[in-house]
Amino acid sequence: MTSADDAFVVFDHVQKSYDGETLVVKDLNLNIGRGEFLTMLGPSGSGKTTCLMMLAGFETATHGDILLDGRPINSVPPHKRGIGMVFQNYALFPHMTVAENLAFPLEVRKMGRAQIEEKVARALDMVQMSDFASRRPAQLSGGQQQRIAVARALVFDPPLVLMDEPLGALDKQLREQMQFEIKHIHERLGVTVVYVTHDQSEALTMSDRIAVFNDGRIQQLDDPATLYEKPMNSFVAQFIGENNKLDATVEAVEGELCLVRFDNGETARALAVNIAGPGSRTRLSIRPERVEIGAKPDFNSVEARVLELIYLGDHIRCRMEVHGNTDFIVKVPNASEHAALTVGEVTTLSWRPEDCRALDAE
Amino acid sequence: MSKLPPYATPLQRGWHYAFRFICALIFLFLIIPILIIIPLSFNAQPFFTFTPEMLRFEASGYSLDHYRDFFTDSGWQNALRNSFSIAPMATLLSVAFGTLAAIGLSSGKMPFKGTIMAVLISPMIVPLIISAAGMYFFYSRIGLQGTYWGVVLAHAALGTPFVIITVTATLVGFDRSLVRAAANLGAGPVRTFFKVQMPLILPGVVSGALFAFITSFDEVVVVLFVGSAGQKTLPWQMFTGLREQISPTILAVATILVTLSVILLTVLELLRRRSERLRGITPS
Repeated sequence: MTSADDAFVVFDHVQKSYDGETLVVKDLNLNIGRGEFLTMLGPSGSGKTTCLMMLAGFETATHGDILLDGRPINSVPPHKRGIGMVFQNYALFPHMTVAENLAFPLEVRKMGRAQIEEKVARALDMVQMSDFASRRPAQLSGGQQQRIAVARALVFDPPLVLMDEPLGALDKQLREQMQFEIKHIHERLGVTVVYVTHDQSEALTMSDRIAVFNDGRIQQLDDPATLYEKPMNSFVAQFIGENNKLDATVEAVEGELCLVRFDNGETARALAVNIAGPGSRTRLSIRPERVEIGAKPDFNSVEARVLELIYLGDHIRCRMEVHGNTDFIVKVPNASEHAALTVGEVTTLSWRPEDCRALDAE
Repeated sequence: MSKLPPYATPLQRGWHYAFRFICALIFLFLIIPILIIIPLSFNAQPFFTFTPEMLRFEASGYSLDHYRDFFTDSGWQNALRNSFSIAPMATLLSVAFGTLAAIGLSSGKMPFKGTIMAVLISPMIVPLIISAAGMYFFYSRIGLQGTYWGVVLAHAALGTPFVIITVTATLVGFDRSLVRAAANLGAGPVRTFFKVQMPLILPGVVSGALFAFITSFDEVVVVLFVGSAGQKTLPWQMFTGLREQISPTILAVATILVTLSVILLTVLELLRRRSERLRGITPS
């Protein structure tokens, strides 16, 4: 699916600079498979939207090639690329009705009237907006406009659809509902989707694979589970999901594991993922749900002081101080076998060495 | 403004009424010279003043003589024809050039934006007599002086800044991502312009066109320099009429022109409101 031969979209050593000095996108290599839902995830200014704009043709790559279905498209103007796009602000034509908006790409393609009507009706039906064909965009709510924007991007059956933070302007509940709808449309149509967002939960919900962007580079490209379970560097660990970080120095590498020493002299074992070797600084990453209260054999264990308890019903969120980090979060299940913690109490935390990943120190 | 609050001091009360009085005076100052010619144009005598019969509202004091004169005199009719053949063509050119210039100037990539804008707007700022003299010498060189196209081009140059200003103002509120959306949906630049951008900036284009039309229609200085007898427009005819024979026919002409302008403005304003409503700018 990801080999260069059958990739549908290929970024080949793509660079982009707006001012000729600083690179917004640095040496991007990315293969997107046919029918894949790929999300470009990253903080603002990470270069993800620039990549999308280069794919759509609104920006040109300073260096490198972008291939669509095997053909280089660097010199193809946007209106000849045949790529659908959902814009951040929807970009619906305000002077046209919903039906006219949807018919626009079909009229451009010189389709017959009957065929246009049929396709528009089908697209409206797909997003459950059939009753709104004669409305104007200004008469629709944000969520409805969003659906029309999706329908318009799909009505001319493009093989590739780009989405630029399309749900950013919606409230939380509507956003979650639309995430599922877009996901289902993608599954039903088999269209390739490249989706840009800065919302990691959105990316985890919808994507086949996620490319995490930072500083103009892809930090990691993996499916959502791998990305969450096995972050390859500190940025990804911190950006995806909740993460506890502890700084330490590598003492020795023992096969898959390594021995690290905290600044207070205590040692622990961790999975050696992204470290330079003995003597180098490392940042350990442990997911809050992998930390347990109380000592266990073969586990790393540390002393921790309870700073804050937040009752969340099914679990209790516990903020602790561990080795000077006052933001160490532990999720304690709300079950009877757990003794209640109190603020100020000193307890022992433990986790398996395999759940603790030694990453770059940043 | 609408109502005095109960705690207003006497000074505030005084100012409240004085303010309205001053506003009314300014309004009268602006409108009286235009209104006064309307009754005068029905004068039965060939004078520019109110006759005693008119002031006594006697029917004998009023007549349509001056209007009859306007519609039968070949000189006036010729001037009317000239004005109506020059102004629309000049407007068309102004709109085409002005709209394109405004779109170019509003693009983010345009270098020397301020300088270019200043040059394009200069016909509005430079004293008309200077533009006229310059055009006279330039057009004589290239054989346009005294021709229909010479006058049309000169008037187009005067009207273009109005179109640039009104269209630029409309473009400020224009969402550029719509152009991208149109391109993304497969529309080439020409189709995008006519189907997406033009309908949305139309109110600005229309009011610019109106200004350009009026500029050409009541312009006298440039046409005196650049035009010849064959391009005698209405304002030119009025000007010579005043200077040579003091014919009250120009009062009738002025009244007709004022009426035309009012109708034109009203119709265009109604059209503009309709188009804004269609675009869904005002919430329904």
